[in-house]
Amino acid sequence: MTRPVPGAEAIDPDVDLHVPAQRAEPQGRVLAAVAAGGALGASARYGLALLWPAAPGAFPWATFWTNASGCALIGVLMVLISEGGRSAPHPLVRPFAGVGVLGGFTTFSTYAVDFSRLLDEGEAQAALAYAGLTVAAALGAVWAAASVTRLALGRRGRR
Amino acid sequence: MNWLLVVAGAVVGAPLRYLTDRAVQARHDSVFPWGTFVVNVAACLLLGVLAGAVLAGAGSSRVDLLLGTGLCGALSTYSTFSYETLRLAERGRRFLAAANVSASVLAGLGAVTLGSQVARQLFA
Repeated sequence: MTRPVPGAEAIDPDVDLHVPAQRAEPQGRVLAAVAAGGALGASARYGLALLWPAAPGAFPWATFWTNASGCALIGVLMVLISEGGRSAPHPLVRPFAGVGVLGGFTTFSTYAVDFSRLLDEGEAQAALAYAGLTVAAALGAVWAAASVTRLALGRRGRR
Repeated sequence: MNWLLVVAGAVVGAPLRYLTDRAVQARHDSVFPWGTFVVNVAACLLLGVLAGAVLAGAGSSRVDLLLGTGLCGALSTYSTFSYETLRLAERGRRFLAAANVSASVLAGLGAVTLGSQVARQLFA
């Protein structure tokens, strides 16, 4: 079993004030890392939306896959950061990659507006399916990705 | 130009999520992830207002890219929400995990509807 590093008890991956190291985080550098990561993540989301536009009344696949894949990636990232083993990762990895890139990539507000738009267009079934499928895919993805990452870490730790 | 608008919004939105999350947690010590809940609902309200303004004919695609795709998109997060739900469940707080999902989804959808209705009447 790998040794947990400080922060392993956190619930909130963005920032959890129950973790002393995160409570005392240097705000200037952390905010810069979050902003840079957020710009990258949001640009990637915008790019996907341009490549895969949803027609009126159609299922918003771009947002769906953006959110599902971002949830899988945060499962991998947070397990690597908090259970990755001997040395603690660089203190800016979580702010840049987790809070910034993945937080900027995934979106809750577009999810909610997509739902409301489908309803307005008279597509109640599609709206409900979209709302439910996104929650199921997001939670399934974060759980599966975290489990697989833990398995991989455990195998490496036993070697 | 469009990319720059998205980037400009995100450069504000992502740090705003981090700072709001910190501020909420500093005032409200709880296992329930209130910080993320607050940013997600706030971003839904703002994006609802933008969507309502567009429906009322008062929207512009530049404002939508800056405030909608950039600011609201980076302010709100699905990855943090799902990871928190997983962590709550792993720590045996299954009720809180379920409450987080239902409260976030219902409040987010409610905030969009509210913002959109108000904006439609204000900008009509």
